[in-house]
Order: sequence, then structure tokens, then C-alpha cells
Amino acid sequence: MFALVQLVPGDPIRLALGTRFDQETYDALLERSGLDQPLVQQYVNWAGRALTGDLGVSFRSGETVTSQIAERLPATLTLAFASILVALVIAVPLGTISALRPRSVVDRVATVLSQFGISVPEFWMAIVLILVFAGTLGWLPSGGYVPLTDDPVGWLQRLVMPAVVTGVVSGSVITRFVRSSVLEALGADHVRTAQAKGLPARQVFTWHVLRNALLPLVTITGVQLAYLLSGVVVVEIVFSWPGLGQLALQAVQARDYPVLQGAILLFAVVFLLINLVVDVLYTAIDPRIRR
Amino acid sequence: MTGQPLPEPAPSPTATDAGVPSTARPPRAGWRETLGLLFRNPTAAVAGVLLLGIVLMAVFDEWLAPSGANEISVADRLEPPSWNHPFGTDDLGRDILSRVILGAAVSLRVGFLAVGIALLIGTVIGLLAGYYGRWVDDVLMRIMDMLFAFPAVLLAIAVLAVRGPGSGNTALAIGIVYIPVFARVTRASVLGVREEVYVRASRSVGASDWRILTRHILPNAAPPIIVQTSISLAFAVLAEAALSFLGLGTQPPNPSWGLMLAEGRGYIDLAWWLAFFPGMAIFLTVLCFNLLGDGLRDALDPRQRTLMTGGGR
Repeated sequence: MFALVQLVPGDPIRLALGTRFDQETYDALLERSGLDQPLVQQYVNWAGRALTGDLGVSFRSGETVTSQIAERLPATLTLAFASILVALVIAVPLGTISALRPRSVVDRVATVLSQFGISVPEFWMAIVLILVFAGTLGWLPSGGYVPLTDDPVGWLQRLVMPAVVTGVVSGSVITRFVRSSVLEALGADHVRTAQAKGLPARQVFTWHVLRNALLPLVTITGVQLAYLLSGVVVVEIVFSWPGLGQLALQAVQARDYPVLQGAILLFAVVFLLINLVVDVLYTAIDPRIRR
Repeated sequence: MTGQPLPEPAPSPTATDAGVPSTARPPRAGWRETLGLLFRNPTAAVAGVLLLGIVLMAVFDEWLAPSGANEISVADRLEPPSWNHPFGTDDLGRDILSRVILGAAVSLRVGFLAVGIALLIGTVIGLLAGYYGRWVDDVLMRIMDMLFAFPAVLLAIAVLAVRGPGSGNTALAIGIVYIPVFARVTRASVLGVREEVYVRASRSVGASDWRILTRHILPNAAPPIIVQTSISLAFAVLAEAALSFLGLGTQPPNPSWGLMLAEGRGYIDLAWWLAFFPGMAIFLTVLCFNLLGDGLRDALDPRQRTLMTGGGR
């Protein structure tokens, strides 16, 4: 991770100073940022500080990386969880219904819809939504972000479109998983046994089918959530959503190593955390795994 | 006497005579059979035909486009769709239909190149990891895991930041992102084939690793890789559009669908057609690759095949 970030060419100090500066300022800044030290030394310093929660100072703004990330985190978390909610609201009923009636009209329509959702370019859908709901109808603001505590209505209005865009895409992926896992659970022997001993269909479905179909659902939801939390860069740009993806993109463009390293470290931690939560959920859903 | 090259050793008859009838390969679908099954599926057939049309459009773009990509006509700027300009014109009076047609070549070239890179490198890594196992597997797959853990878009952006923007580098960036995907798919498929009796039989008659890999393992492990190729093409076209949209991919004035979308975004309330048609082109192309991928999976997956021919539900 450190190595890849260092590979990005360009002199961050030069970029931060602009075009007019003297050698003295340059040298002073170089020394202060620690960029004059050997790479290995830089890495050891960075890793040592990172362990204590100090991710360094941004070359560009002079703020600490932790404060910059903390500033962006609420927006990213809001969008990610809202998107997952939209995705699940779409995917679970749609996937389940198409699995219960395979090859029916509903199933075919659901399959086509999920294919559409997977294939649509997010930024195009975002632009079309802005055109319709912000432009023609004027119902929603075209972008931006306000904290929930400042203006709950404005917060919701600004959240709807980005959450729908990313939610539809994630939801389409999840729908296909729900469909196939419910289909598989339906074909299992224990379901046939439950049906044969005369349990009501609803009970068979809730206790024998849904519960077994839940494991793959939890896995794919975790994967999608990790993807959403690592910043949906393009959607954030279109909706001027001040999330981590935008921060990372700006950091790449400005060669702002500390910010980029901090953001990627955070993505890695989030990835691990989600995997941990998924594993814990596994054991809660399926007691067999505990053994 | 040894000057004469030895003929290729014929498959030793003793191997089959020695009472190992199971060395026979499982029935592997021929190309014709696969295509037949693929085209029995109407969605996949339509997607395939449409894709062929898009590819032909990209190949013969110079002939098909009514005007050049960068023919500026200030008098015609921001004209809505009409007979003269079916998709309208942009802020410089360039014909959008022509730019969409010429952009197909850019998008598809980047897509094919990217998937080509990923397919070649990823498949070789997956083959080696799956076939040799042990430390080869550990080392190669840990490297792939590291690559895979990076958020895809950020990894592509980082590669582009290192190499600079442009179509070739975009293809490289997307290709690198997809290497681990192909490596994983190939490895999993090889693991399923590696211990088959025909592979062991081939080893026991002294076939070289190269021969086993190319003649026995790769052909039998290929179906998931083919399906992955089609699906990855969809995502590569999408990724190229996204990167160009961010200003990191194809550079103006070249017509790329993503770039056209970015340019049209500024005129969205004034002239919707600027962003609408390039977006539609991306959507259709990606949809076709995805549907074809689904059709290929159905045609190549034996479990699905029994379902289709009435063996199952």
C-alpha cells in the first residue's frame, strides 16, 4: 500500500506551493514533511505513528489526515447505509418472489430488471435522475450534503437520489444472489421433509428456506457494503457528495501521500471489520458453524 | 540414425487397454453445440446479434459516421435531435450520432485490450497456482489477494496517476484491476479438473506439465473463464466510461462515451441529448455483454444444460 502510493509520480511539495516559491521555503517544507528521508525511514515513521492513530498531516491543506477523514466519514457512512437499505428493500422481495415462481412472468421481469440495474452506468443514471427530479420536476436539490442534525428534511432530500442510484446497482447484484440461494434452499432435502410432514407453507418458508438462504445474503451484503464504504467516487462527484471517495480522488490528483495512505488504510480496516461482522453473523444464523 | 525427428508419441494404447475406462474425458461440448444452445436462448441470441452490430459499427466507424468526430459547426450548436442530426449536436456543433459511432471504437478497443491483459496474465497465474499448488499457490494467490483488496476504482485511478491519462493506460489500469478476478476463477476451475482421472493418466504416461496444462487442464477448465471474459468486458466498458468521465481516461477531443457524458453534464438542463445518447450507448453495450455472459454460462454449465433440455424442473 505504502509502495503503491509512493509510485505516484510528481512532486507533492511543488504542487502544494504552486508556481512561485523560493528554494528556502521548499527546503523547509521538504524537511518538515519528512520527504527528504529515505523511503524505508519514511515508512517506519508512518507505520509507527499510524499505530497510535496519527496519520500525519495533509500536504495540501495542512490539516491532520485524521481530521480530514473524520470530516468526510459521516457523509460516506450515511450514503453507504442508505444505499444498502435501498438495495435490500429491492433485492429481498424481488429475489424471493422470482425464486418462488421460477420461469414465471415475475421471474423474467425481475431477471431483466436486475440485468438492467447491473448494466446501467451509475453516473448516467445519476445525471438522468438529476435532470428529471431536480430539473424538470424541481422536487429535489441536485446535490450537496447537509448533516442530519442541522436540517433533517434537507438531509433526506439530498440523500434520496445518490442512495437510489447506488442502491439500485447494489440491489440488482444482490437480487440475483437472493434468487439463486432461495432456489437452492427450496430444493434441499429438509425442505421436502418439512413439506411432507405437512407443515404450513408459510412456516416451511420462514424456518427452513429463508433461514438457509440468509447466509449467502449476508455474505454478498457485506461485500456490497465494503464496496460502498470505500467510496463510490463517480456518484459522489456527480452529486457533490463530500465523501471519502472524493477525498481519495483529490489526494491522488494532488499527490497528497498522507491523505491517500490514510484513506486506503481506512478502507482496509473497514474491509476487515465487515468480514468480522459477517463471520459473527454467520455463527448467529447458523449454529452448525459454532461447532 | 537419430537425425530424424521422432514423431509425436501416439497416446499409448496400454494406458487405455489396462482397464482404466474412466480415462475417457467427460463429454466436452463442441463449439457448434455450445453456439446452438446459446442461440436457443432468445435473450442471449439477441444480445449476441446486437453486440456483433456494435463491433461492426466500431470496425467500420469511419464509413458509417455521417461526419467526422471533430467537425465543428458553430451555426449548428446544441441542436436537438432532427433528421439531419438524429442524436442532435453538442456545444461545438459536432454531430452526436457520429461521435457515438466513433466512440464505440474507443470504448471497445479499451475494453478488449483491458480484458485481454487481465485474461492473459490472470489465466496464467491461476493455472500455475491451481496446478502446482503448495508454495506457488500461496505466493501467487496472496499477491492476488492484495491486489483484490484495493477498491477497484481507486486502484485504476492510482495506476492512471502513475502512468498518466490516455486510452492505452486506461486499458492497462482496468486490466490490472481484473487480473486477480481471472486468476481466482481459473484457479478454482483448475482445482476442479486437476485430480480428474484423465489428467492423472496423462501424467502416468509421462506427459510433460506443459502438455498436461495446455491439452487437458486448460480446455476443461475453460468454460468459467469464457463466461468471466464476457462479464468482464461489460465491466471494462463501464470502467472506461467512468474513468473518462472523471477526466482520467480518454482525453478530449477524442470521442469516448464516458467523456461525452462528462461534457454533456454541464448542459443537462439545456440540452439533454448531449448526455443521454452516449449513456444509452454504454448501457446497451454493457447490457449485451452481460446477457451474453449469462447465456454462455447457461450453455456451458452442464447442470444448467440438463435444466434446459428438460432433465430438471
